[in-house]
Amino acid sequence: MNTLRLLRRNFDHGVHPAHLKQQTEDLSIQRVPFVSHYVMPLGQHIGVPCKSVVEVGERVERGQLIAKPGGFVSTALHSPVTGTINEIGDFRGADGQFAPAIQIAADPYATQQLGSSGGIDWQPLSLEEFIGAVQMAGIVGMGGAAFPSHVKFSVPDGIKIRHLLINGAECEPYLTNDHRLMVERPEDLLLGAEIVRQKLGAEETIIGVEENKPEAIEILGQHIQPEQSVRVVPMQVKYPQGAEKMLIKTVFDKEVPAGQLPRDVEVCVNNVGTIVAIADYFLRGVPSIERIVTVSGPGASYPANLIVPLGTPVREVLRFCGGLKDETREVIMGGPMMGRPTASLDVPVLKGTSGILAFTDAETARPQEYPCIRCGRCLEACPYFLNPSRFARLARARMYDEMEQYSVMDCVECGCCTFACPSHIPIVQLIRTGKDALRASKEQPE
Amino acid sequence: MKQKDPDLLLLHAPLLRQGMTTPSAMRDVLYALTPATLAALWFFGLGALLVLAAGIAGAVLTEWFFARLQKRGETLLDASAILTGLLLGLTLPPGLPLWIAFLGGVVAIGLGKVIWGGLGHNLFNPALLGRAFLLATFPIPMTTWTSLRGDESFFHISASNLALPFMQTKVDVVSSASPLGLMKFEQEVTPLTNLMFGNTLGSLGETSGLLLLLGGIYLWVRRDLDWRIPVSILLAVVVFSGCLTLVDAVRFPTPWFSIFSGGLLLGAIYMATDPVTSPLTPRGTWIFGIGIGVLVVLIRVYGGLPEGVMYAILLMNAATPLIDRYTQPRIFGR
Ligand code: SF4
Ligand code: SF4
Repeated sequence: MNTLRLLRRNFDHGVHPAHLKQQTEDLSIQRVPFVSHYVMPLGQHIGVPCKSVVEVGERVERGQLIAKPGGFVSTALHSPVTGTINEIGDFRGADGQFAPAIQIAADPYATQQLGSSGGIDWQPLSLEEFIGAVQMAGIVGMGGAAFPSHVKFSVPDGIKIRHLLINGAECEPYLTNDHRLMVERPEDLLLGAEIVRQKLGAEETIIGVEENKPEAIEILGQHIQPEQSVRVVPMQVKYPQGAEKMLIKTVFDKEVPAGQLPRDVEVCVNNVGTIVAIADYFLRGVPSIERIVTVSGPGASYPANLIVPLGTPVREVLRFCGGLKDETREVIMGGPMMGRPTASLDVPVLKGTSGILAFTDAETARPQEYPCIRCGRCLEACPYFLNPSRFARLARARMYDEMEQYSVMDCVECGCCTFACPSHIPIVQLIRTGKDALRASKEQPE
Repeated sequence: MKQKDPDLLLLHAPLLRQGMTTPSAMRDVLYALTPATLAALWFFGLGALLVLAAGIAGAVLTEWFFARLQKRGETLLDASAILTGLLLGLTLPPGLPLWIAFLGGVVAIGLGKVIWGGLGHNLFNPALLGRAFLLATFPIPMTTWTSLRGDESFFHISASNLALPFMQTKVDVVSSASPLGLMKFEQEVTPLTNLMFGNTLGSLGETSGLLLLLGGIYLWVRRDLDWRIPVSILLAVVVFSGCLTLVDAVRFPTPWFSIFSGGLLLGAIYMATDPVTSPLTPRGTWIFGIGIGVLVVLIRVYGGLPEGVMYAILLMNAATPLIDRYTQPRIFGR
């Protein structure tokens, strides 16, 4: 009976892209070698950029603090390598903009052994101390959003977190970094979850995993200790199953009200990678200095799952994977549905870079755009029950205020509508244009 | 490893698309109509082929002409003009003078689509608009149903087909009433099997219910069709005419007769489902379908015409913007 209810539970709408994970789902995580230079942008998380605490020419150890939080919604930054600070200035990011960053030249003779060895005794920490520690460890959401994790853990008075929900959906096609973490480091994941659950005072941990990862579901099930109140919930394969609010709808059958956060329905959602990063910090004292990246896509010569020190240039990561095939046309940072294209291969891997995907003509060829035939497929795809075709029409007519009236700000830019549109209308792109225009008009009222 | 960056594109995500495109969806509808069309040709002979060809030619030439005029490029590639012409042709009587069929195609695209702003902007189904125009302008030839080919050769062409433009057509064909006319005016019931397999009188596409259904199933499997529309139309017709049959079984047709007679299947599966002129919202499509079903029965039973599918669909087309406005789904979390 219970299983039946679980089977039926799901979010509504959404789309079914081919998951395309075959290339990398069985490849163990490999470590990429150290390279000569690393660039650590100060604003690689959502919120206030952090502040550099080092000087040019200063020697830093791997894992040493190089920038402190610039405010509450901000985190610390640590050096991914042992070396010297080469430059503090503006560097180009994947979006093409220049932004402040610290460049570190790696010491070619250093052993790159981690200085600190032991973990942190987390048991006696109070919630505040725990939150402070997470902030100083530089831990942010590793699923792609890079939202500082300690902010999620700080709930206002009167709200209690009852469920810790761990997001192992990995609904973006191609990506397998979370899958490999669940398969290769189940103990760390479960220990990290236990730390967070106890600190938040939550009743239970639920790990939501899409059914196309049976290996992960099985291995996690085998490693759960009796004293850990953890449940693994297999979920239907559907995009965007891993979107926070959709995950909550699937697992708890609750809708997070528009404009509110998961904590308003007593849930705290964290990505698998984030939880493992927390385990790394509290069990071994390793702050956020590296992450798992899936290199894949039809343009990648040798697809792989890699441990990449943060700040490694994408070019070096790709070089380690045998480079790009000649027919590569576009490189996406993140997943194929929500990731962002990069104009240059010299941009660094960031805390939020879950994948580096190379695409060829087949994916980038855009068939001729046809007029909207009002087929309603975008409406039936939108997990937020918006009317994307109307947004596209209004954006083209520059009627941005009307877009706002129809709740365009509720759109999470998941891309389902564009995926489904038979007329190949770039709906998400038009929606972004509208949102940007709205934000701009809010910032400078006449 | 190439040292030089490839010239990277910066296309926005999502990079993946589902496979279907608007032209492929239109082509699927053409494929789905093929069996029923072939059956109609078999039953009616070469004349029917010429009527279809004339309708399609009128539609395609008009589309091509206006695309040239407006420098819109290759709009023919989306196959929608061919589809409009074919759908129009299937609603015409097989003995129709060819020039009328051609004119119908011209009007369907010209008044039905182009003046609205082209594909996607029209309020009414172009094929049905073309037919409505013809019915209003040429009521006699549009309601003269030639008999089936019978023993005649396939290549026999009825004289009425070849009538010259604007000349009085001599009505010398052996004509008789369509099943709906028989039912309405003479209370005579045509056997259901004849209706299903298509050897009855009527317009070209009215005749073979089973093949039309088959095409509908193909479209449903290919996900080209909003199944809610035909299902709700047929359900509404069955329920409503079922109630009427309970009241008076002689005067009112049975539900099965209602479904397989006239252009109901053609209209429900291929015309009402035209995405452009049906509601966007899932809930709206139910209302739309039920509205059509109820109107069809009302017009057939109480109206002055034996057939009401065309007007039912056109009326609900007109109601579509309103339906859309009041059936917007509840936004997640609101
Ligand atoms: S991108 Fe926005 S409008 Fe499109 S499906 Fe996602 S939430 Fe809906
Ligand atoms: S999916 Fe595309 S063609 Fe269909 S209604 Fe939406 S925008 Fe229009």
